[in-house]
Amino acid sequence: MNLWRNIKGTFQPFWVTLRYLFKRPVTISYPEQKRTPPPRYRARMILTRDPEGEERCVACHLCSAACPVDCISMQAAERENGRRHAAWFRINFARCIYCGLCAEACPTLAIQMSPEYELSNRDPLKLVWEKEDLLVDHGGKDPDYNFYHHSGIGVVAPRGGNDDELPPVNIKTNLP
Amino acid sequence: MTDLLLTGLLILIKLGMVLAVLLTMAAYLVLAERKILARMQRRYGPNRVGFGGMMQPLADLIKLLTKEDFLPAQADKWLFLLAPGLAAVTALLAFAVVPFGPPLELFGRQIPMVVCDLNVGILYFFGLSSLAVYGVALGGWASGSKYSLLGALRAMGQMLSYELAMGLSIIPVILMARSFSLTEIVEAQASLPFALTNPLAFGIFFIAALAESKRTPFDLPEAENELVAGFHTEYSGMRFGLFFVGEYINMVVLGAIVTSLFLGGWHGPLLPPIVWFFGKVLAVAFTFIWIRGTMPRLRYDQLMAFGWKALVPLALVNLLATGGILLWLGGAS
Repeated sequence: MNLWRNIKGTFQPFWVTLRYLFKRPVTISYPEQKRTPPPRYRARMILTRDPEGEERCVACHLCSAACPVDCISMQAAERENGRRHAAWFRINFARCIYCGLCAEACPTLAIQMSPEYELSNRDPLKLVWEKEDLLVDHGGKDPDYNFYHHSGIGVVAPRGGNDDELPPVNIKTNLP
Repeated sequence: MTDLLLTGLLILIKLGMVLAVLLTMAAYLVLAERKILARMQRRYGPNRVGFGGMMQPLADLIKLLTKEDFLPAQADKWLFLLAPGLAAVTALLAFAVVPFGPPLELFGRQIPMVVCDLNVGILYFFGLSSLAVYGVALGGWASGSKYSLLGALRAMGQMLSYELAMGLSIIPVILMARSFSLTEIVEAQASLPFALTNPLAFGIFFIAALAESKRTPFDLPEAENELVAGFHTEYSGMRFGLFFVGEYINMVVLGAIVTSLFLGGWHGPLLPPIVWFFGKVLAVAFTFIWIRGTMPRLRYDQLMAFGWKALVPLALVNLLATGGILLWLGGAS
């Protein structure tokens, strides 16, 4: 009957709340207890190095172009051997929304997202991180990848010198 | 002359003690409510200030006292300033007639453990509980805000729908105890509390008391999802604090009234009477919190319909039945 259902529906919840009163809270008391985020967690970005220990970033500006909040800026420069790098690389974590589009846009796998999430600070200026703060001395999730061994013609290896590269074709030989 | 002075002094001491105990209880009831509600939702609740959050009421008090006392430009100044006091004072005054223990024998004098044993104690409580609505209604009206006005309107409508049922549910108690004085009503329950002899009246009174304390499921006047904060939307600082603490004092007082009217007051085996009294009051308060943790808010018309179509007829039938049974049991005395 409807009335019986209503009465039951009124009193059953009391039993539920009473039962929950004695269950353990699911709260993680943050500063004392910290949860380990999963390895692919998307928190602050890092700048990785290639297997030779060189900076992977080639200052192509793709990340700052992809960034929806425009928090990345850099100055491109070139070494004597033709290798491009960022003279300075700056990210404003006060603006960053941790969307990971920069890491997706990065052609050299330099930018990767790390699970380090404790960035809060009382001084917003301390949230502007420079290249020195971001650079790490490992290759991140793909340690063997070396951009200049696949592209960057004739910079670190002579033309056709890379493993997956054919020697350059002499176009004159194709002439009839 | 010295006798009169001594009586006056005793009343003052009792007043001070009751005030201190009542305010402390109200403050810690806020904390208890937040903690119990949190545990019902599998959270911890406030646990940072002091040991396990025990200093939270003090922190809240300091925060409220140091906040700006804001007066809206559209407000009716004097009513706006007075209303929170009215809400808190009526709640405090109502406790005066509640007996919290058996008379104490001290230096050959009988000291009744009640601030003032009025022979029309119940009517006094009723008068004050009706006055308390003025604090809400005037505060909401004087704010000059639509949300406040709607909250005040709802408070008035709510009062109209529960008060009659509340009054009608007390009459059987008065019939059974043959007195309007709360002390004598408690005395009449020495063997059996009225909650057992007349459970229907107890249920109706309890629901009406819930509505009186403006708590879920009857927290329509402050319904935060639709009216921001209802009648106290425009209040800030300690004026909001007075409304807030008034609500919790009201909860303690209603707990005490329910205890005295239906749960046998300070009567109980083994433990000292004062422990029984406070234990019962706290049990009622816990039930209030439990209900808040469980029930959703009723709609405005649902409360009206429930009050007028269910509670009032039930209370009337109960009144007739109780009167009939008493007549049949005791004859026409």
